[in-house]
Amino acid sequence: MYKLKLAIRYFLRRRITSLAVVAVALCVFIVVVVMTVMNGLVTEFRSKNHNFVGDCVISTDSLVGFPYYAEFIAELDKQNFVAATSGAIRSFGLLTQPNAEWNLGVEIMGINAADHIGATGFAKTLHYHALDPENVFIPSYNPTLAGCVVGIDLMPSQRNHSGEYYHNPNPPSYKLIISCFPLTPRGGLAKAGTDLVNTLSFSYSDDTQSGLVKVDGRVIYVSFEYAQKMCGMSGETPRISAIYVKFADGAALDESCDKVRQMWRDFVEANKTRRQAFLLENVSVQSWIENRRSTIGPMEKEQTMLTLLFAMLGIITVFVIFVVFYMIISHKSKDIGILRSIGVPGRGVVELFTWFAVIVGAIGAGIGAAAGCGVLVKANNIEDWLFATFGFQIWDRSIYAIGDIPNKIELHVLAVIILSAIAASVVGALVPSIQAARKRPADALQVNSL
Amino acid sequence: MTEILQAKDLHKSYKMGKSRLEVLKGLELCVNAGEFVAITGASGSGKSTLLHILGGLDTPDAGYVEFDGGRIDKFGAGQLNRFRNKMVGFVFQFYHLLDELNVLDNVVLPTMASVGSLGWLARRKRARKRAAELLEQFGLGERIKHKPYQLSGGERQRAAIARSLMNEPRLLLADEPTGNLDSETGNGILSVLQSLNRDGQSIVMVTHDERMAERAGRIIRLADGKIV
Ligand SMILES: Nc1ncnc2c1ncn2[C@@H]1O[C@H](COP(=O)(O)OP(=O)(O)OP(=O)(O)O)[C@@H](O)[C@H]1O
Ligand SMILES: [Mg+2]
Repeated sequence: MYKLKLAIRYFLRRRITSLAVVAVALCVFIVVVVMTVMNGLVTEFRSKNHNFVGDCVISTDSLVGFPYYAEFIAELDKQNFVAATSGAIRSFGLLTQPNAEWNLGVEIMGINAADHIGATGFAKTLHYHALDPENVFIPSYNPTLAGCVVGIDLMPSQRNHSGEYYHNPNPPSYKLIISCFPLTPRGGLAKAGTDLVNTLSFSYSDDTQSGLVKVDGRVIYVSFEYAQKMCGMSGETPRISAIYVKFADGAALDESCDKVRQMWRDFVEANKTRRQAFLLENVSVQSWIENRRSTIGPMEKEQTMLTLLFAMLGIITVFVIFVVFYMIISHKSKDIGILRSIGVPGRGVVELFTWFAVIVGAIGAGIGAAAGCGVLVKANNIEDWLFATFGFQIWDRSIYAIGDIPNKIELHVLAVIILSAIAASVVGALVPSIQAARKRPADALQVNSL
Repeated sequence: MTEILQAKDLHKSYKMGKSRLEVLKGLELCVNAGEFVAITGASGSGKSTLLHILGGLDTPDAGYVEFDGGRIDKFGAGQLNRFRNKMVGFVFQFYHLLDELNVLDNVVLPTMASVGSLGWLARRKRARKRAAELLEQFGLGERIKHKPYQLSGGERQRAAIARSLMNEPRLLLADEPTGNLDSETGNGILSVLQSLNRDGQSIVMVTHDERMAERAGRIIRLADGKIV
């Protein structure tokens, strides 16, 4: 009883304890805010990448593509663990406008809208066709035209001064001319003259905002048939560049990818004597994480770096708390001598200061966490205000594809941070109090001992 | 008469740089139950050191202390804590009250320390009553809610005596209880000790004030690390 009572009294009566509380609170505050924002950014970024490609990608880096895809897609669609599939053409092309004197290298993505919205998060990135994504290639101002979906950063300045995108109520009508490089199965440029069409005119139908810089700034979606034709992949043995697969709910990612991988190996084996079978050799089966590794990797590295930096900050915190407690408890050496002289066991002294540390740690962590949550909840308001008042933006939206500052507080992360702070306080208190409790009372009573 | 305390061949020295400072050199002492013994000696002669050793707050380099026939150097940690808590009451030269607690809480502390939380809840009322009575007896009835720093030196020393008596110890050890007080206040404290002794309390008091020492039942002089 005396332990808790004295612990509370020490807490209330010593001004230096408020320093310890502030130290703990500050550290918890910083860690909560940075961890939440950083975690949020990474999670958001991962989910954007996930949206872009679905769960599993069967693709080739060769611009020539691979044949017999329809049979494999049919096989995939039979599987229970597969929810949806989408075959796609991916290639490069030149973009221009009628009578314009400029052209721009872009990435062409040919998809079947209905398939693609099933297999990926494509639908979520659309604006004018958010409600009828399957009709995304039908321009609303003239349904007879062949539509295209343009990466939002390819559009001429669709942002306001604070970097937010805006849209006119109705899609603007303009034509875009796309030229592709049709390739033979061997990778040569297909000879012109036959029935080759490598240039087509499309009408703007919608834009796509995936949040991925390389997609939004480079990709144009057109419907599958056009793309296949323009890339020279139609014809007798039609080819494709990639198959995107979405797995059924509850299907384990790696396991399902392994199954697809095995299916693909069997498929290659079964078809190895057919024409152009060599093209099947260059195809890889990857989970979305493997497929987007090069994009996600740097971000995750950054997160690891930050976590490491904060681990160091954590060590400094523990040290600061340790020093504060060391000073407080050294200051209390006489009290420890008194307590020991009236028969308080050494264990009791240690418990007393452990309580003290728990009180300081809990209150400090509570204040820090509350302040952190408060700032996070208001983070976007604060940023808006900063921008409105000082023109200051934490993330320049013309560079970062971030809508809002992520501020979703993970309760378990919060709990871990708070408990760690309390643990740090206890560790900081444990060492000096054990030291003091070990002393002979007569020594501890030496008034000026430190 | 029964012996309550016996010190046998006590040696104690402190390191002073390279040399050693021998403070106690084979000291022998015997205190009977119900006795009031005053130990006098020059400053630095080792009085406080001796008293700390007698009360189990310090350990001698050689020799031992027997309390009620048991050697306190043979006590385990728990036994030693019980000894400090129940058998002896210590009054320090500089009062040594806890600044954060009020007078009453300081006085009940020895009882609080000896029981667990539940035990304390059960005993709380009785303990606080006894503490209040002790403080009343020493003329501090009006000051029980005050903090130590709000009391005068004499009042603090009386509060410290009340604390030392809280668990009804067999032996009271007082280190210059009047050292920091004017002679009138000191006389008051001595009267308190004398009346306690008349009620049967065994007391060992350290002082370098001859007039205070004369009011004890027996005077022992400490010089050159021994009783002379
Ligand atoms: N912890 C210690 N370390 C080193 N020397 C010490 C220590 N404690 C006491 N001494 C020395 O031992 C000697 C005896 O000290 P002690 O406090 O017992 O004297 P005292 O008789 O109580 O003196 P006073 O009447 O001034 O209180 C002194 O010379 C002192 O300097
Ligand atoms: Mg002394």
